[in-house]
Amino acid sequence: MNMSEHSVSIRDLTLDYGNTRVLENLNLDIEQGEFIVLLGPSGCGKSTLLNCIAGLMDISDGQIHIDNRNVTWEEPKDRGIGMVFQSYALYPQMTVEKNLSFGLKVAGYKKDEIQRRVARAAEILQMEELLQRKPVELSGGQRQRVAIGRALVREAKVFLFDEPLSNLDAKLRSDLRVEIKRLHQRLKNTMIYVTHDQIEALTLANRIAIMKDGVIQQLADPHTIYNKPVNLYVAGFIGSPSMNFFQGTLQTGDETCFVTDSGTHIPTSSYQFARASSDSCSAVLGIRPEHIIAGEGARGMPFSTRVEIEIVEPMGSNTLVWTRVADQAVTFSCDSDQLLAPGQSIDIGFDPARGSLFDAESTLRL
Amino acid sequence: MTLVVNNVVPGASGRVLEGPCGPRKSQLSIARLGIYGFLIMAALFFLMPFWVMIVTSLKTLPEIREGNLFNWPSDPTFEPWIKAWFSACTGRDCNGLQPGFWNSVKITAIATVVSITIAAINGYALSFWRYRYANLVFGILVFGAFVPYQVVIYPLIITMRELGIFSTLLSIVLVHSIFGMPILTLLYRNFFASLPMEMFKAARIDGAGFWQIFFRIMIPMAVPITIVAIILQLTGIWNDFLFGTVFAGRQNMPMTVQLNNIVQTTTGVREYNVHMAATILTAAVPLIVYFISGKWFVRGIAAGAVKG
Repeated sequence: MNMSEHSVSIRDLTLDYGNTRVLENLNLDIEQGEFIVLLGPSGCGKSTLLNCIAGLMDISDGQIHIDNRNVTWEEPKDRGIGMVFQSYALYPQMTVEKNLSFGLKVAGYKKDEIQRRVARAAEILQMEELLQRKPVELSGGQRQRVAIGRALVREAKVFLFDEPLSNLDAKLRSDLRVEIKRLHQRLKNTMIYVTHDQIEALTLANRIAIMKDGVIQQLADPHTIYNKPVNLYVAGFIGSPSMNFFQGTLQTGDETCFVTDSGTHIPTSSYQFARASSDSCSAVLGIRPEHIIAGEGARGMPFSTRVEIEIVEPMGSNTLVWTRVADQAVTFSCDSDQLLAPGQSIDIGFDPARGSLFDAESTLRL
Repeated sequence: MTLVVNNVVPGASGRVLEGPCGPRKSQLSIARLGIYGFLIMAALFFLMPFWVMIVTSLKTLPEIREGNLFNWPSDPTFEPWIKAWFSACTGRDCNGLQPGFWNSVKITAIATVVSITIAAINGYALSFWRYRYANLVFGILVFGAFVPYQVVIYPLIITMRELGIFSTLLSIVLVHSIFGMPILTLLYRNFFASLPMEMFKAARIDGAGFWQIFFRIMIPMAVPITIVAIILQLTGIWNDFLFGTVFAGRQNMPMTVQLNNIVQTTTGVREYNVHMAATILTAAVPLIVYFISGKWFVRGIAAGAVKG
């Protein structure tokens, strides 16, 4: 078998849990040094997949290769991985130093080698002064740093993160997020990161795998995922506030045009179709709130209309406005300096080229 | 209680604070009085017999015959205690409770260590190494907690006889270990089940095996529940009478059985003072254990009851 060089390669992975099939024929190739994020709602199988890679769960079928070695039947410790858990999973009765060195002691490393590795991890994570403390004496962020350190001392090829920031408060989360990114840039290890937080996914990943019901929906870089979602599910899942959707029909002819159910025509001549469609079909047009332009510039857009503002939600950096277009609730965001009030009329417009068209039946991108 | 509203004083900020301010004054409500009243009554109810036992054990036989159950002895004597310990008679042997005490110590110590060790391993394996029939095994074990002892005594006697160990120290230790297993396994399983699974996974990634995880991570964390288990077994085995009578044999007769024999001996006068002293001596061990460990005991019962 001559496969190309991958850091982690998952081939036809199937996992049954009792009678339910959690993962089915899953394939995923991860490049050396890549930061890949598995993103999805709870219960989509992303953590399960990570546990399979770690060897903590017995798989039903398929193979797992790490560093060009088939590790399908190998114990977690022999797979060359380090793992960080959501609940930190530190050994509470041991000091930070003992926590870090436990795995190395079990593996029978020499004292000075253990000391060297612990010192290096402590230096990278800037926690030299914490080494003699017990986990209870640490804050959440410090605990998670120790947990990362425990993966670090193993000098593993692949790092696995299972929702490592979900137990932290918002401020710490963004701090540690940057720290993980810095760590990746410094170590250049392969990292697989599970989360349900799309901000974490978009900020950290080289590539994001969006999962639903045990199936990877789309595997692409954050920019593509955000701008060219491959189906309706991905389009609705990514983005906050979420995308506006118009139900309607796509009319083909001399000029393609999207007609909403209430009869509003939206010209789509500027839209780049993923597939050439010959016939008219029922379709869904999705447009992100931040791609709708309000006020002066709206008139110049391929589609523009005048609407009445219903609700105004100031978010600090920008303001989210609720209104109705073609009998459907629509949100758009605009500069927070703009003074808007409910009941006020305003021009809005957008370019369908920045939106996404989906087949209403197959929900795939058109 | 009324609040003094007229007495207004400027607060730290210079503002005048009127009305309720600062912590609420605690007050002795009727409900609280009722609770304390009930507790005192209950304490008296249970302490009264104990008082009678103590004063009786310190009296001489003629003084006991005078009646006056609750009176402090006019001339306290420790003679009955010494007799109970060294020379009270059971049948023809007049060695007091002393040999029974040491038998009980032997039985309790060995059976406690054996049963707790096995139960801890059981509970650990059942919560973390989820093999296929783990739940079934656990179900059967827990079911064992509900089997009345009387049902299994006869089959057990036959088993012990066939094994050739009936009426030996080994048989009584074995019986206590087996019967301690369901409740102790339940205790340990529930404790381990309350620990995060991720910690176990982390240990596996660190390369620790079954025993390494057990001894280096789980046991150090299980100290509180182990204290509870020790209390449960210590008091339970010490207080046992049934198994001691049936399985221990004459050589290993535990203290409880010997106490019964002393009290039941019907030749001559009934030495109430000696009987009382002997009873207090026998009850002393579990009593001391309860006194020292009350907090842990309650905690353990709660841990076993709430988590399931």
